[in-house]
Amino acid sequence: MNGRRVLAGVAGLVFAFLYAPILWLALVSFNESRSLSRITGFSARWYAELFEDDRVLESLGLTLRLAGASALISTVIGTLAAFGLRRAFPGRGLWTVLLSLPLVVPEVVLGVALLGFCVKLAGIPLGFGALLAAHVAFSLSFVVVVVRARVAGMDARLEEAAADLGAGPLVAFRTVTLPLVAPAVAAGAAFAFLLSFDDVVTSSYLTGVGSTTLPVFVYAQASKRGVSPEIVALSTLMVAVSATLLIAGVVIASRRARASTFVGAIRDQ
Amino acid sequence: MLPTRRRWLVATGLLAPTGLWLGVFLIAPLALVVQFSFATRDTGVARAVLPWTTRAYLTALDPAFLPIFGRTLAYAAATTALCLLLGFPLAWFIARHGGRYRTVLLAAVLVPFWSSYLARIYAWKALLDGDGLVNRLLGVVGLDRDGGFLLTHGAVVLGLTYGFLPFMVLPLYVACERFDHRQVEASYDLGHGRASTFLRIVLPGVYPGVLAGSLLVLVPAAGDFVTPRLLGGVDQSTFGSVIDDQFRGGNNWPLGSAMAVLLLVLVAVVLVLRGRRGEDVL
Repeated sequence: MNGRRVLAGVAGLVFAFLYAPILWLALVSFNESRSLSRITGFSARWYAELFEDDRVLESLGLTLRLAGASALISTVIGTLAAFGLRRAFPGRGLWTVLLSLPLVVPEVVLGVALLGFCVKLAGIPLGFGALLAAHVAFSLSFVVVVVRARVAGMDARLEEAAADLGAGPLVAFRTVTLPLVAPAVAAGAAFAFLLSFDDVVTSSYLTGVGSTTLPVFVYAQASKRGVSPEIVALSTLMVAVSATLLIAGVVIASRRARASTFVGAIRDQ
Repeated sequence: MLPTRRRWLVATGLLAPTGLWLGVFLIAPLALVVQFSFATRDTGVARAVLPWTTRAYLTALDPAFLPIFGRTLAYAAATTALCLLLGFPLAWFIARHGGRYRTVLLAAVLVPFWSSYLARIYAWKALLDGDGLVNRLLGVVGLDRDGGFLLTHGAVVLGLTYGFLPFMVLPLYVACERFDHRQVEASYDLGHGRASTFLRIVLPGVYPGVLAGSLLVLVPAAGDFVTPRLLGGVDQSTFGSVIDDQFRGGNNWPLGSAMAVLLLVLVAVVLVLRGRRGEDVL
C-alpha cells in the first residue's frame, strides 16, 4: 500500500533525526583534535583520557549511585501507589492530581523551590540527600504512570483463580501479580534511572561542595570552554551500552518466544 | 468494617509513602516559593524577608519582561507543534505497523537519550555551526548560510524539539495502540476520504494522547533555559533563564519566586483549558 510506504518513510526520517547527533558524537569521539565540528584524524586518546580523569570518574560514580538510589526508591513506592490507585475509593481523583503535579512543574521551578526549602526551612545540606529528594520527586510520577497502565490492563480473574486454588494474598501477589507487572516495573525503573542520570537543571541548584553530578559538572565546564571530547566519548559509551542491552533483550525475548512455540509444537503433537 | 472504608484504608496505605515524599519535597517547597514571592529582597544570607508585599509581582509584570515572556511562549508553542508533527507519524507507524518489533522500536526512540543531554546539544551545535555538516551539505545545493544556523530561533526550536520528542511519542503511542483501526475502515466504507477520516475519526480517537503529549512537551519547553542559552543568540533570555538569574548567586529571590509562581499559573491555565480529556493517558 502506498500510504504505508509514505508513513514508513516519514518514520524513518524521524529516526534519522533522532540518531543523527548521536552518530555524529560517536564519530567525533574518535577525532584527533578537540573540535566537535571538523574531523581531522582518527585517535582513541579521548577514551584513554576519560579513564584517567579522576574528577569525571568521581562525579560519574556519584551520578550512578544517585540514579540507582532514586530509581530504587521511586520504583518501590511508585509501584505501591500504582496498586493503590487500582480500584475506586473516595479521594482517588485528588491523588491523581497530586501524582500528575511533578509532570507539570517546570524543572527550574522545582529546583529553586527545593533550594529554598533545603537552605531556609529544612536545613538539609546541599548534596546527595537534597539531590535524592528532588530526583525521586520528579521520577515518581513516571513510574506510577507506566505501572498503573499495566495494572489497569491486568486480568483480575488470574488473581482470583490463584486465591481459589488456595494461594494466600502474599503468595498470590508474588507468583501471579508480580510477574504480570514486572515488565512495567522494569520500564518504570529504567525511566527513573534515565531521568536522574541526565538531569541538569534541577540538580544544578542542589549540588554541594564535593558532590557534583556528572551533568552539572559538564554544564559548568561547558559554559566556559564547550563540552570536552572526553564527555563525548563517555556519551558514546553510554549509548553503545544501552543499545547493546536493547539488542540483547530482543535476542533473548525472540529466543524465548521461539522456544515456547517449539514446546507448544511438541505438545500439540 | 465497611468494604468502602476498608478499600479506602488499603489504598491510602499504599499511596502514603508517595504522598509523604511529594508532600515534603514538592508541595512544601512550592508553598515556600509562594511565600518568597510576597517577601522583600534581602541581600544578606536571609535573601527574602517578610513583611508581605506585592512588589516582586509588580516588577515581574513590568513591560520590560514582556518580550521575554512572548519569546518563551513562542518557543514552547513551536516546539510542541513540531513534536506533534514528527511524533504522530512515528507513533502511528510503530503502533500500526510495528508488529512484533513494537517494543523494540519504542525502545529505539529512547536509546539516544542515554547520552548526555549536554553532549547532544553540543552535537547539534557542531552540526549547525558555520563549518558544520548541515551547512556544508546545504552548500552543495547552494542553500548554505553565512555563519551557519547556530544562534537562530530555529536552532533553539530544533534543540528543544529534539530534547522533548520522546515525551510526545510515548503518550501518542499509547493512544494510537488503543485506537480501534476498524473505525478507519468503516469511515472509508462510508465514503469519507483520507483527510476527512483523519480529522473526524483518527484525531478525536487519539486526542487524549495528543493532549497528554503536548502538555509533557509544552511545560518543560517553557521552563528550559539550557537549550536556548547554548543554541540561541545574544538575546535569548527566556522565562526559565530569568528565574535562574534571580536565584543563581542569590540575586533576587522574591522576584525569581514571583516569576516561578507566574509560570505555575500559566501551567495551571493550560491544565484548566485541557479539561478532563487527557487524563486517562497521562
